[in-house]
Amino acid sequence: MPDTPNSDDKPRPAPSARPPAAAGADRPVRRPVPKKPAEMPCEPWEGALPAALQERFSDRLSRVVLLGGQKLLVAEIAAAFEILSCLKQEHGFDYLVDVTAVHWPDKPEQFEIVWTLYSFSANERVRLKAGLAEGQPVPSATALYSSANWLEREVYDMFGIEFQDHPDLRRILMPDEWEGFPLRKEYGIVQQDSDWVRENLKIESAQ
Amino acid sequence: MAETTLAPPEVQAETLLDSNELVLNMGPQHPSTHGVLRVILKLDGETVLGTDCVIGYLHRGVEKIAENRTFQQFAPYVDRMDYVAAVSNGLGYCMAVEKLLDAEVPPRAQAVRVILTELNRIASHLLWLGTHALDIGAITPVFLCFREREEVLKIFENYCGARLTTHAFRIGGLQYETYDTFEKQCLDLCDLMEQKLKEYHDLLTGNRIWVRRTKGVGILNAADCKDYGVTGPLIRAAGIEWDLRKAQPYCGYENYDFDIPTAETGDTFDRYMVRMEEMVQSCRIIRQAVDALPEGPIKGKVGKVIKPPPGEAYVSIEAPKGELGYYIVSDGSLNPYRVRVRPPSFVNLGALDKMCRGSLVADVVAIIGTIDIVLGEVDR
Repeated sequence: MPDTPNSDDKPRPAPSARPPAAAGADRPVRRPVPKKPAEMPCEPWEGALPAALQERFSDRLSRVVLLGGQKLLVAEIAAAFEILSCLKQEHGFDYLVDVTAVHWPDKPEQFEIVWTLYSFSANERVRLKAGLAEGQPVPSATALYSSANWLEREVYDMFGIEFQDHPDLRRILMPDEWEGFPLRKEYGIVQQDSDWVRENLKIESAQ
Repeated sequence: MAETTLAPPEVQAETLLDSNELVLNMGPQHPSTHGVLRVILKLDGETVLGTDCVIGYLHRGVEKIAENRTFQQFAPYVDRMDYVAAVSNGLGYCMAVEKLLDAEVPPRAQAVRVILTELNRIASHLLWLGTHALDIGAITPVFLCFREREEVLKIFENYCGARLTTHAFRIGGLQYETYDTFEKQCLDLCDLMEQKLKEYHDLLTGNRIWVRRTKGVGILNAADCKDYGVTGPLIRAAGIEWDLRKAQPYCGYENYDFDIPTAETGDTFDRYMVRMEEMVQSCRIIRQAVDALPEGPIKGKVGKVIKPPPGEAYVSIEAPKGELGYYIVSDGSLNPYRVRVRPPSFVNLGALDKMCRGSLVADVVAIIGTIDIVLGEVDR
């Protein structure tokens, strides 16, 4: 058996001896570079708008912060519609930029709905988040913003979250009869609805 | 045989005509749907009563793919969404990851980014103009627009080797330094565009057929634009002077002198004029950026391993089609936990029904063209 330095019975030769301490004593000691903070900077968001919101929604609004400099509100799902309505009617957030969701399968509140709002008059962007458990109802924002129609349909399509009082809640990107919700974490990246593929594409697999 | 009693003639005519609601299926394989868009039209004679869009034919699950790739690996995928404005897609994505990393991009990289994105805006608008005019029945512009678009694509090809899905930017800056004649080619292109835009105006702007087919067609006013979340040239044509490059400047756009073109009524003609003027403004920006192109490094201090701290960020840019946003959630690992793309085409297409109601069937083609959708971005 060749005598490799990695063989188990023979320990690795010790690394070449360092120069004696006395020789390098006058050199500056190299300290490790401090690592960047492991969290995004998060500071309290202060001003008239957050104060007004906190006063009105008090404990239903759990976080009012600037996360990495971006305005973020975290609320109870039951208060979400009221907050959106308040932001639109009283604070001029007249443009619903985006509605989306994030799936956290290990948390008790599996889903997080994220609304991004913008105010043309104040040139200000606010993000509202609310957590919800599987099967918990989400109020639809379609009564406030028409843009919510397609955006909520996409959230339903990808996550299976049902919006209450949505005028036309059906799949938008996936075929109507498709089984499963692709953006949930347990949905595999190459998973497909084999029955649908066989029936509609007349092939065994679309992969 | 039972005797039938007929209603009086006027009632009869009314009920017969009213009951004739016709459902017409347009697409997915239809040349003027710009890809695979299917529109189900409800018609009363020639008048559109309502539409229903069927989309998703190009759905590739881009957001799902992102969760299974590292931050760098996912960057080329975003080019495949709006494939006629791939540079803008890449810029938005890189900026969102840089926001998560809190990374600085050096000034030279910023300026080159601006130049390439503005070139891409011109290329995207040229493609829109050519195909939009073709849909309406003007065949010549498409050849002229593709001729000039070719010049833009040549610059991309010289810069990074790719013409369409360029993957021109990297997280933290640029991969490639500019080539020797880059500045000259960009300036030549600006000269060429200013000259050729006159040619397009001569062909279309005063053309009676063009004007009759576009004026008063597919009106979307300012309030509806906000309600439907419609952005880009559509909202500017409705009279709102709003452009993210001015409202929330990024990449150093605050250093360049340019105007936001707007119009009044928000019809198809106004959107045409706004996009034409945007190309002129893009040329202005390119000239300034080339003139003041700083020297220095092209990549900021970003490690080889990109691992943003846990957190989230929403970053949006003014893409040629409107507000393109990226909402990225990081859990501190090598792969993004969630990437959400806020596509301008998808949201703008949501207003199609509003714009089409009450118009004629032939105008639906003009309206789809004027929204300027790319189905790769609608379906992702």
